[in-house]
Amino acid sequence: MRVKNPKHTWYSILLALVILAATIYLEFNRSKYGMAVSVIQKSLIFAVVAVAMNLLNGFTGLFSLGQAGFMAIGAYATAMLTIPVERMEAVYYMSGVVPWLMSLKRALSVLPEPVLIIIAMLIGGMIAGLFAFLIGIPVLRLKSDYLAIATLGFAEIVRGIISAPQLDQFTNGSYGLKNIPGFGSNSLSFMPDGFGVLLVPLFASTILIGFIVLVINSSYGRAFKAIREDEIAAEAMGINLLKHKQMSFVLSSFVTAIAGGMLAMFMRSIEPRAFSTIITYDILLIVVIGGLGSITGSVLGAFVVTFAKDWFLRFFDVPLIIGGFQVPFLRIGFRMVIFSILLMVVVLFYRRGLMGNSEFTWHGFFNLFRRRLKRPEVMAETSGGSMSPIIIAPGRDQAPAPLIPDPPGGEPEEEADEEAADE
Amino acid sequence: MGSTYLLQQLLTGISLGGAYALIAVGYSMVYGILMLINFAHADIFMMAGYFMIFSFAAMPWPVAIVVVILGTILLGVTIEKVAYKPLRSAPRMSIMISAIGMSYLLQNLATYLFSALPQAYPAIPGLKKLIKLGDLNSSMVTFVTPIITIILVVLLMMLLKRTKIGMAMRAVSKDYDTAKLMGIKINQIISLTFVIGSALAAIGSILYFTDRMSVTPFSGTLLGLKCFVAAVLGGIGSVPGAVIGGFIIGITETTLIAMGYSTFSSAFTFLILIIILMVRPTGLLGETLTEKV
Repeated sequence: MRVKNPKHTWYSILLALVILAATIYLEFNRSKYGMAVSVIQKSLIFAVVAVAMNLLNGFTGLFSLGQAGFMAIGAYATAMLTIPVERMEAVYYMSGVVPWLMSLKRALSVLPEPVLIIIAMLIGGMIAGLFAFLIGIPVLRLKSDYLAIATLGFAEIVRGIISAPQLDQFTNGSYGLKNIPGFGSNSLSFMPDGFGVLLVPLFASTILIGFIVLVINSSYGRAFKAIREDEIAAEAMGINLLKHKQMSFVLSSFVTAIAGGMLAMFMRSIEPRAFSTIITYDILLIVVIGGLGSITGSVLGAFVVTFAKDWFLRFFDVPLIIGGFQVPFLRIGFRMVIFSILLMVVVLFYRRGLMGNSEFTWHGFFNLFRRRLKRPEVMAETSGGSMSPIIIAPGRDQAPAPLIPDPPGGEPEEEADEEAADE
Repeated sequence: MGSTYLLQQLLTGISLGGAYALIAVGYSMVYGILMLINFAHADIFMMAGYFMIFSFAAMPWPVAIVVVILGTILLGVTIEKVAYKPLRSAPRMSIMISAIGMSYLLQNLATYLFSALPQAYPAIPGLKKLIKLGDLNSSMVTFVTPIITIILVVLLMMLLKRTKIGMAMRAVSKDYDTAKLMGIKINQIISLTFVIGSALAAIGSILYFTDRMSVTPFSGTLLGLKCFVAAVLGGIGSVPGAVIGGFIIGITETTLIAMGYSTFSSAFTFLILIIILMVRPTGLLGETLTEKV
C-alpha cells in the first residue's frame, strides 16, 4: 500500500479548481465557443454512460449491450415528464396525448422545473433498473454471453415498442418528442437566463460518476472484482454471485438511464432512431479505448472519442478538393469507418487501451514524464513486458490478478478529473 | 379468415423459418467450437445481400450466385483470420468485443460504400414467379426456401456424421483441448466452420432478400438476433436444433404478424429467449454441460 502524498492531494484540488474555472469561463463566453460547449456537454454525458458500462464490463466481468435501450427509457421518461404542459398538444399533433399522462403532468406542474427534471430522471432510472432486474433474474444465472444477447435484444425491442404506432398517444411513435427543456433553459430564478449550460451537466456527471466510484471502492465493488477474476473462487469465498451480479447490472442500468435523460436534455428533441444499437457500440468504443476496468480511462476515453468524432475529425466526412484534385475516400460515413478500424486496432493490438485497468494517479502521471526524459537507459527494461505504449501507472498492470479482494482502503488511487470536483 | 388463409400464413412462416434456420446454423456451429457469439455473422449476411446486387448487375445470374457464395465465404474466413484468430488465448471478453467491433466495422463500411438508403435487391428469374398450388398463392421462393434448407442441412449432417473431417469438427466442439492433443488441426477446422457458416448465410441471404426486395446496412441486426435466439432455442451447438429453432421462430413471427401484432413480433422472440433460458437453458436438443473447476 502506497502512502498518500499530501502534495498530490493539493494537485487534485488544484486540478478540480482549474476545471471549474475553465467551465465557468466557457459558461460566460458560451456564444463564442458554441462548438466546444456542445461537445463538452456530450462528452460529459457519454462519460457517465461509459463509466456505467465499465462497472459491468470492466469491474464485474458481465457483458451488457443494452445501453441504447436503457438510455432510451431514461430519455423518454425525462422527455415525456418535462415537456411543458402547454406545449404537449403541439408535440403530439398527430394523435393526441393519453389523458392519464396529461393529468399526471398537470399534477406535477406545481413543482419548480429543476425539481421536476430530477424527479423525471429518477423515474426513468428506476424504470430502467426494474427492467434490468427482471432481465437479470433468468439471464444472470447463466454464462455472461446470454446477457449480451438478451440485453441487445432488449434494446432493439425498447426501440421497436417506442416507435410502435399503437403507442402513438404515449410515446408519439416515430414522430419523436420535441420541446424538451435544455440545460440552460431551466435556470433557477437567482441565476442569469441560460446559465448552467455546462455547470449543470458537469455537476450531474460528477455526482453520478462519483456514486459509481464510491460503489467500486466499497466492499460491494471488491466483490464485483472478485467475480470478474474468477466466479467459482469468488463463490467459494462466500460471495453471493447472483445478488452481486444483479446489483451491478441494476445499478449500471439505473445510471445509464439517467444519462439518457441528460442526453434528451442535450438533444432537445429525440426520436426512436437515435437509440439504435450503434449508440451502444459507440459507448463500447469509448470504454475499450479508455481501458476496461478504469474509471478515469472511461472519462478520458469519452472526451477523446467525442472530441475526435464530433469535432476534430469532421473533415473525414466532407469531400475535399485540393487544386482540382479530389482527395479520395473523403465522403459521408468515412469518419465512422475510421473509428471502427480504430476500435479493431485497439482490440487486437493495444488491448489495454489508454489506461489498462489502472486509475490515474499523480505518481504515475509524473513517472510518465520521468520515463520520457530518461528513455535511452530505461528502454531496455520497458520494451520487454508491456503491450500498451501508454502506461500511466506502471508496476500495477503486470501484477497477477488477485483472487482475494483488496483489503479495505488498499486502493492507492486519487480521483482525477471529474471526481476531484466533489472532494 | 378460412383455412386457406391459415395455410397461406403457415407457408410464409415456414419459408421465413427456412432462411432463419440457415443463418442460425452458422451461429450455432461457431458457438459450438469457439464458444463465441459471432456478432459479425448477421453483417456477413447483410454484405452477401450487397454482393448479390453488384454481381447480378455484372454477370449472368447463375454465375452471380456462385460469386456471391464464394465472396461471402472469403469475407467470413477473412474475419476469422483477422479478428478472432489472434485472440485465441485472450480472455473471452476480448474476443466478444472483437466480434462486436467487426460488426460495427461492417455496418459502417456498408453505410459508407452503399449509403444508408435501401438498395433494390435484384429479382432472380424464376424465383419471383407466382405459383398456384390448390388455393395457395405464393411466389416460387416461398416454396423453394424450406426445400433448399432441408437439403442443405441434410448434406451438412451427412458431412458431420459420415466424413472424417466431420468427425474432427464434432470432436473439437466436444472438447477443444483434447481434440488438439489428438492431432486435429484446430485452425483448419475453425476455418471450415466459418466456410460452412458463411456459405449458408449467403444462400439464406439470397432466399431472404428475394422476398424482401431491398437491403440496408442494418438489415442484419435484428435478424441476426432472432437467428441467435433460434440457435439457443434449439440448443446451441446442435445443427438440427438450430433448424428446428429457426422454423419455430419463423412460424411464430408470421403468425403474430398475421394476427396484427407486427410491432410486437420481435418482442415475442425475445420473450421466447427469456422463457427458454429460464426453463431449459440448454435448449431443445442441447446437452447439459457442467463447468469444471
